[in-house]
Amino acid sequence: MSRNGTRGSNRRLDVRKTYKMLIGGAFVRSESGRALDVEAPGGQLLGHVCRASRKDFRNAVVAARKAASGWAGATAYLKGQILYRAAEMLEGRASGFQEVLQSIGLTPAAAKAEVSQAIDLLVYYAGWSDKYLQVFGAVNPVATPHFNFSVTEPMGVVAYVAGEKRPLLDLVSGIAPIVVGGNVVITLSTSRASVAAMELGEVLETSDFPPGVINLLCGLREELLGQMASHMDVNALVLQGGDAKEQTACREACALNLKRFFPKEVNEKENEDPYRILDTVEIKTTWHPVGG
Amino acid sequence: MSTSSTLSRRLPFQAHPVDEVGIKERVARLATRSIKKSSKVEGLKLALSMVDLTTLEGADTPGRVRQLCTKAVHLHSGRTDLPMVAAVCVYPTMVRVAREALKGTPIKVAAVATAFPSGMNPLTVKLEDTRYAVGEGAHEIDMVISRGDFLRGDYGRVADEIAEVKKACGEAHLKVILETGELGTLDRVRLASDIAMEAGADFIKTSTGKIQPAATPEVVLVMLQAISDFYRKTGRKIGMKPAGGIANAKAALNLLVMVREVLGPDWLNPDLFRIGASKLPNDILMQLEKERTGVYQGGDYFSND
Repeated sequence: MSRNGTRGSNRRLDVRKTYKMLIGGAFVRSESGRALDVEAPGGQLLGHVCRASRKDFRNAVVAARKAASGWAGATAYLKGQILYRAAEMLEGRASGFQEVLQSIGLTPAAAKAEVSQAIDLLVYYAGWSDKYLQVFGAVNPVATPHFNFSVTEPMGVVAYVAGEKRPLLDLVSGIAPIVVGGNVVITLSTSRASVAAMELGEVLETSDFPPGVINLLCGLREELLGQMASHMDVNALVLQGGDAKEQTACREACALNLKRFFPKEVNEKENEDPYRILDTVEIKTTWHPVGG
Repeated sequence: MSTSSTLSRRLPFQAHPVDEVGIKERVARLATRSIKKSSKVEGLKLALSMVDLTTLEGADTPGRVRQLCTKAVHLHSGRTDLPMVAAVCVYPTMVRVAREALKGTPIKVAAVATAFPSGMNPLTVKLEDTRYAVGEGAHEIDMVISRGDFLRGDYGRVADEIAEVKKACGEAHLKVILETGELGTLDRVRLASDIAMEAGADFIKTSTGKIQPAATPEVVLVMLQAISDFYRKTGRKIGMKPAGGIANAKAALNLLVMVREVLGPDWLNPDLFRIGASKLPNDILMQLEKERTGVYQGGDYFSND
């Protein structure tokens, strides 16, 4: 073979991607140096993804916390613009995503549908960014001379454990409502879905999200879930799938710092639902005295 | 002036060259020490007892200084097994407030003086500054050297100034801030350390905290070696105080490792080793709480000063 890797025809070596996680705006390997094999449904090796350690999760919490106040203070307009940009970037890479989804077992039709839905979902939540406050906030009638109103506030650092059934959509449908509410998020993807998640990292990283607002990890659910539920600097845990035992364990650990806990069933109909934003925002009510 | 003039005549101030590559390698090697579980808890408590809790802002008010002093005494509510910090470090005008607030505790009050942080004032002003702080009740004086004079090569003047300030301190301990971020090379850090110790410093201190880089591990190691050589030559034990940019527990433990390796266990106490910091205690407390409870902590549960 000649120096530039071509000989005669267009034969060349495949350059395969090593999937890295997204923490604090940087693409990183696990600090533990561990990796997991990802296999296609037929059993052949597709590649390797990182196996996040508990330390990786803690690093992600630190990065997320650093980004939290800035993102919470960003204008609704800006948050909507950035989410919309994510949709644009995903649209531009739609065919690549379809290939990735097919490689992990989706039919061509299912892959295409999933990518389209993910793009539409980002646009949908981008639209809600300057509207959900009007829907969930209120001016409340009270019997005293007070102007009484309720507004939403982001919870802060949210951990999100994505399911595996719909590799791309489960992740996007979790991230979008969380960040549009002004929260920062740390996600965990597992097994084959990890590949789609790490691809999505490249989309999100070019969508003007400030570093640390979205952090994507992949690894083993049973290894990281305990840490995600007990960490005192995490304000909410959204869990997709999981059996009753797992949910009970999470609920107990979440009680340590009164972390909000939301177990979510995978439900395709519920993807486009403004109430998913309400899950990870608090309602703050203010009593303001008015002239008596 | 007579003693100090003699001092600058007596000392040739020979540069003691520093092997930069060697220093970097040793720093890297020492940083790989892993300290876990009960050793970590003991190390962190020791580090807490060595902290000079510092507030040096133009916006300092008596209320803020009192708040800091309260924190110095009660680092974290609900824990009775924690040491108090070694000292509170403030500007001279806040010394009286801090002394009041810390009455009845063993915590010392340190004051920065001599036209901190630049040192760009005549000697008479610096001495007056020092005498004022001592008069207000400061146990310790943190002075800055004249980096301009030092970089110009006027080492005698730097030494004389330190000796004069030492006299003005009287009973108070003198810490000499080299402001290593402005010295440029490790060779100069070493030379400035030697000058400060010869001229009468009780402690040598890396930085004011106003300039970056501040207490890098390399700089700390060079200064520790200077202290070690000085001890072998004269038998006097000089203290060390890294300050500036030391914000997490891991960095603090690394410092303890360096002290232990270069100077030995004698230096592992607040009389000979201090850490100047404002944010460090909270990070150490978070680590200690993690060891106690088994779960990782968040900043919401620790006091802001």
